[in-house]
Amino acid sequence: MTTDGTILVDHLSKSFGPVRAVDDLSFQVAPGRVTGFLGPNGAGKTTTLRMLLGLVRPTSGTATIGGQAYGEIRRPLRTVGAALEAASFHPGRTALDHLRLYTPQVGVPDARAGEVLELVGLSAAADRRVGGFSLGMRQRLALATTLLGDPRVLLLDEPANGLDPEGIRWLRGFLRMLAAEGRTVLVSSHVLSEVEQTVDDVVIIARGRLAHASSLPDLARMARVQVRAVSPDVAGLAALVERSAWTRAEAGDPRVAELWDVDAATVGAAAFAAGVELHELTSRDPGLEGLFLQLVGSVDAPGTDGMAA
Amino acid sequence: MRAALVTEYRKLVTTRLWWILLLCMAVYMAFLAAAVGWGVSQGNAMGSSPGSDEQLALAPDAVVRTVYTIAVTFGYVFPLLVGALAVASEFRHQTITPTLLAEPRRTVLVSAKVISAGVLGLVFGLVGTLAAVGAGAAVLTLLDQPTFLDEASTWRSIALSVLALALWAVVGVGFGSVLTNQVAVIVVVLAFTQFVEPVLRFVLALTSWGADVAAYLPGAAGEAVAGGSFFSESGVSSLLEWWQGALVLLAYGVGLAAIGRVTTFRRDIT
Ligand SMILES: Nc1ncnc2c1ncn2[C@@H]1O[C@H](COP(=O)(O)OP(=O)(O)O)[C@@H](O)[C@H]1O
Ligand SMILES: [Mg+2]
Repeated sequence: MTTDGTILVDHLSKSFGPVRAVDDLSFQVAPGRVTGFLGPNGAGKTTTLRMLLGLVRPTSGTATIGGQAYGEIRRPLRTVGAALEAASFHPGRTALDHLRLYTPQVGVPDARAGEVLELVGLSAAADRRVGGFSLGMRQRLALATTLLGDPRVLLLDEPANGLDPEGIRWLRGFLRMLAAEGRTVLVSSHVLSEVEQTVDDVVIIARGRLAHASSLPDLARMARVQVRAVSPDVAGLAALVERSAWTRAEAGDPRVAELWDVDAATVGAAAFAAGVELHELTSRDPGLEGLFLQLVGSVDAPGTDGMAA
Repeated sequence: MRAALVTEYRKLVTTRLWWILLLCMAVYMAFLAAAVGWGVSQGNAMGSSPGSDEQLALAPDAVVRTVYTIAVTFGYVFPLLVGALAVASEFRHQTITPTLLAEPRRTVLVSAKVISAGVLGLVFGLVGTLAAVGAGAAVLTLLDQPTFLDEASTWRSIALSVLALALWAVVGVGFGSVLTNQVAVIVVVLAFTQFVEPVLRFVLALTSWGADVAAYLPGAAGEAVAGGSFFSESGVSSLLEWWQGALVLLAYGVGLAAIGRVTTFRRDIT
């Protein structure tokens, strides 16, 4: 089988009438890791996942799982387990009946329905009608549905919504376990802090466009204290940074030094001692959530056609 | 396809709707058959008096057949609703998303719905028809009237009544595929079957050309399958041959499903 479980989104766009829900979005999701798919409400996460699953037709671009479009995968529930936001159940069906709807199409015995209920801790509610379930229970049932076919790729849209802190902790461990088994796990959320302790990689989008994609440690590195020093004396500034062994981030302008892991007072004192003229000296400590907001805010408003991107 | 069929069948029978509708149908049909059976026997009694023979001009076994096939005339709304809601409820409860995740081939999905609804339609046809036969025959027996249950032609009508009702469930799936709003489905089904079509048939029958057109209306086609009906026997409209009726009804079902396939089932599911 060729499917290694890598998810590839390639120049994907979707317009709903005048609304550009997803705009030239490209990213990749690797197996064996939990990837957070992040962005504020309306960023286009659900639309992207629906295109990946063949439910929404892209305006342009492609989205594939293991190199195949969802519709080309034979017995797709054995390869991909997906739970979309607003998990959808008939309120009059019991949890077990709901799962047994899909066992023939997954190609597993009906007993598998009981097994996955056990996995998500819902066995006690197996014969209860879904109409009476709490949001948290529905989330667990949706997760159970995705597991029926023991798929190597999991796509979960806001799975932590409606879970209590205990449930979130459970989900965290569960997703880590699935990824440790070599599966591809893509989890969307509109708050970074919710998945911060779960994910290995992040894909951040805003207004349908990619804002940032990297591993979580790389993102965290960006969130460290940053000092920005601006000097007209390019050579002097470079020498000072060199001599002080500060970490300098890439900044387009040589007069600007973005420095990590150092505070403004230290930089100011060193520059004064070295006689390097400073026109600006600022520091900021955005924290991970602050950085998230900053990244999300940095995406151009639609219509201002992203030349910079 | 086999898996999709099993899944669709399970969807139909794991909610309460189907057996509530089935129960309603059985009770309603038994009641109607008993009432009409009684009415028919009164008519026969009158018909046996000299002078009115000419006016009635109906073989008594044909009259009795209308009792046994009353479900095709007045009960088809039940399989029709079951078929239509099999699609509409997927959109109402957004189960269409997991449904399409399990079977992304939308033509296979629609076909599975058509076939599985047809099978459940057979159940509705059997129960509805047998309820009418049971109640009708019981009343006729009580009134010392012939039941004609020992005649092959009677049983042929009964079997064709079952077939007609099964086809109605197929029409339901087609209709639900075109109109997916559950409330609209219920309103339109009730309005069309209980009011629009009866009035249309009545009005068309008044014109010279209309009777031919009226025979192709779905309700008339259904009655044609069962080989006669309350309406036709009372002279309101003429009917097609049984097999023509079956083909017309099937064409409505499959045609509507095909329209649904290229409209509803082509749209983005969001
Ligand atoms: N069916 C639809 N018709 C019109 N606009 C839609 C539709 N679905 C989503 N959108 C719009 O697309 C944008 C992205 O929505 P969505 O993908 O649901 O974002 P997210 O899941 O990140 O909150 C929003 O502006 C939303 O209003
Ligand atoms: Mg969403």
